[in-house]
Amino acid sequence: MEVRVNVTSVIQKTVGGQRALTAEGGTIAELIDDIERRYPGFREQLVDDGGELHRFVNVYLNDEDVRFMDGAQTALSEGDEVSILPALAGG
Amino acid sequence: MAVSVYIPQPFRRFTANREYVEVDGGDVAGVLDAVNARYPGFDMLVYDRERRVPAHINIYVNNQEIHELDGVSTAVADGDQVAVIPALAGGAAPSTALNPDEAMRYSRHIIMPQVGSIGQRQLRNAKVLIVGAGGLGSPVAIYLALAGVGTVGLVDFDVVDLSNLQRQLLHQTEDVGRTKLDSAVDTLHAYNPHVRVVTHPAPLHSENAMEIIGDYEIVVNGADNFATRYLVNDAAYLLGKTLVDGSILLFDGQATVFKPGEGCYRCLYPAPPPPGLVPSCAEAGVLGAITGIVGSIQATEVFKQVLDIGRPLVGRLLLIDALTMEFREMKLRRDPACPLCGDEPTVTELIDYDAFCGSPPLEAPAANGGGH
Repeated sequence: MEVRVNVTSVIQKTVGGQRALTAEGGTIAELIDDIERRYPGFREQLVDDGGELHRFVNVYLNDEDVRFMDGAQTALSEGDEVSILPALAGG
Repeated sequence: MAVSVYIPQPFRRFTANREYVEVDGGDVAGVLDAVNARYPGFDMLVYDRERRVPAHINIYVNNQEIHELDGVSTAVADGDQVAVIPALAGGAAPSTALNPDEAMRYSRHIIMPQVGSIGQRQLRNAKVLIVGAGGLGSPVAIYLALAGVGTVGLVDFDVVDLSNLQRQLLHQTEDVGRTKLDSAVDTLHAYNPHVRVVTHPAPLHSENAMEIIGDYEIVVNGADNFATRYLVNDAAYLLGKTLVDGSILLFDGQATVFKPGEGCYRCLYPAPPPPGLVPSCAEAGVLGAITGIVGSIQATEVFKQVLDIGRPLVGRLLLIDALTMEFREMKLRRDPACPLCGDEPTVTELIDYDAFCGSPPLEAPAANGGGH
């Protein structure tokens, strides 16, 4: 399953400065693993040692926060769009 | 010489867009008749069916409302100025009606049916607190002042730095070294002397936040650090205030509106990032104009809240990417497990936010100063 991944703000530097990329995976966790293979260090920005998503980075499947779905185990479908969004504090 | 009649913007479609119409004097009724004779239909605006001046229309002779004089029988002489000002319907006391200067100043708002003179008075009665007089606080404060929001509160304890001027519209080159609040008050009064600007020249913390925020109806977040963002969120929720949130970094912006019971900042981001993970604008940089985009969105949401118009940015997180100029919207829900606004809240009073965010106690000049 190939989906588009939008990467916001400070996370971009972990994927070579890209704002969007495509990645493969049947779940959010697999998607993260796929990106990690190409960009080592990416995973730790999103999940903790136990594989749970950090509480200060939001991952959206289309426009829905995956915390309100199945978290990292949320299943992906063809054509889905995933957005990764860290909190910003700038004012 | 004749009598000059000021025609408010909304009525000028009847007067061939003329702002002033010169007619012969006599009394106010005669003046209005003379305007109507030249521009038929005008009297429908200034008289009701019983041919009385309705409560939402104020007529001034030389800046004095005619109710305080002899009504439409008030005599006018050559050289007098008559102004017709649509004001609040429903028997408002004359002292609270819009004066001619206000009616003209806000005419581009008043002319819109969603605003009108009633809405303009709601704006004048509104009290809005802006946390941070920096990148976001600047456009928010300026647009609220321009719109005639009656009381604008500002919280900041920072001093204007040269590096602020790339984006912080409230401050200019000559303000470097002044407190941001002194600079902001001067700027806002230069834009609109009618606005009352209330300054809170101290860091917002758990001991003063409830008292400061309690005086306002709407809170706008323009803070530049996570500790202040969680503090403002918690205080606004505990006090039942609407929080208009915005944040920026690099080329990115986020904006949303939190209404108590419909999700809060903790529902969106349950925990702050570890210190150092998410850089500040000072560390990473920020596009100056993104502050204008996000701040204008925040000011617009305040405007809509005060007037109770449109669909608020509640339950939606708006993401702005200036580099691709894409605006995306994510769903934002109240989290039943939220420690503040969830079903079994554990945060029932303000906490130590520096400890919560793992940040050092307030000493850095940037703390809640709105972008150092």
